[in-house]
Amino acid sequence: MQVTMTVNGETQSHDVEARMLLVYYLREVLGLTGTNVGCDTTSCGACTVLLNGESVKSCTMLAAQADGEEITTIEGMASSEGVLHPIQEAFREHHGLQCGYCTPGMVMAVASFLKEHPDPTEAEVREGLEGNLCRCTGYHNIVQATLAAARAGALAP
Amino acid sequence: MIPASFEYRRADSVEQALGWLSEDPDSTKLLAGGHSLLPLMKLRLATPGVLVDIGRVPGLSYVRDAGDHVAVGALTRHRDVEISDVARAHVPLLAHVAGQVGDPQVRHRGTIGGSIAHGDPASDLPAAVLALDGVLVIDGPRGRREVGAGDFFRGFLETALAPDEVLTEIRVRKAPRGWAFQKFNRRAQDWAIVGVAAVVNGGARVALVNMGATTVRARGTEEALAAGAGIAEAAARAPEGLEPPSDLQGSAEYRRHLATVLVRRALEEATASGG
Repeated sequence: MQVTMTVNGETQSHDVEARMLLVYYLREVLGLTGTNVGCDTTSCGACTVLLNGESVKSCTMLAAQADGEEITTIEGMASSEGVLHPIQEAFREHHGLQCGYCTPGMVMAVASFLKEHPDPTEAEVREGLEGNLCRCTGYHNIVQATLAAARAGALAP
Repeated sequence: MIPASFEYRRADSVEQALGWLSEDPDSTKLLAGGHSLLPLMKLRLATPGVLVDIGRVPGLSYVRDAGDHVAVGALTRHRDVEISDVARAHVPLLAHVAGQVGDPQVRHRGTIGGSIAHGDPASDLPAAVLALDGVLVIDGPRGRREVGAGDFFRGFLETALAPDEVLTEIRVRKAPRGWAFQKFNRRAQDWAIVGVAAVVNGGARVALVNMGATTVRARGTEEALAAGAGIAEAAARAPEGLEPPSDLQGSAEYRRHLATVLVRRALEEATASGG
């Protein structure tokens, strides 16, 4: 079946199997491998992308369900000149990562969270990132990076 | 994990979905947000031949004040129930529970109708709808019918919904005060090991998560309260007649004990909030 969607501002249109999950469409058809597959069971959040500006787990969505919609992946966060998005900048500044595997999903989850909670408390950040697991347990700096991004007024792209 | 192959059709209306369902109800499944069905399909526990995507059917996402009750469209996402002013004002239990489902990403996709129709005893929303004396509005080839929540949840992943019918609306009784929800789990995003949705005004209704093959009422507790028992005494009767599961999260015995503790907390909280 034909699916057409906007990914990181560019229109994409491909013939895919109906059963193709969005994450595999992004990774294998579009080559956007920044979005990781972690648990593949809607638990870990590594595959989080934005669907019309809201965080979703792309392992639990068909590419067909994104037809006609707008998707943003981690590759769409930095500017075309390579300037990091303020959330990415905050993660770097506060060392909000250890192995880095969960980071793309974390950044996308934070982008959505800050839209809904522009001035969050630390408790709200911890609750708001419940859908993203860091197996290095590096949560403290991730939370600090999120709070810093909020202070910097970092809204989603 | 990749689902088995299926034919994908996108419905533009309930009528169109019903038409496709009627062609082969037993091997056709409805897809809304997909957060119950797609995981099952990825595990190949569900292998529908035809998937009818109703996710974009217009007019089924709303939370409306309907006089003595609140009407919620089946395609309303958990996030939209959570932040609905109508839900927060008249059925704060429902708004709160919608905000406890899964995690933010899940709440951006999952729908109330999908959760109710899936009928998982470990889900939070069926218990909230049962506690709120809910009514499920069902459309099908034989017309529209309404089923009370107490008759809707039949068994493990089994509801009164026939394979050729569509759940279109969820109605819940207004309960602006005197409610509580307790959910006990090991990690924030996990299913409840045991959960309790309680409404204490106008005769207490206490519904339990994960205390049987389907969401169930704590009849022992409700009877005790109706007979004038205190909270502690009523809560102690919470597991009466129930057969909770034993699994990696906890034994049946552990769940029975947990139910007494959580029901006591829920009743205390509900009473304190104006019950």
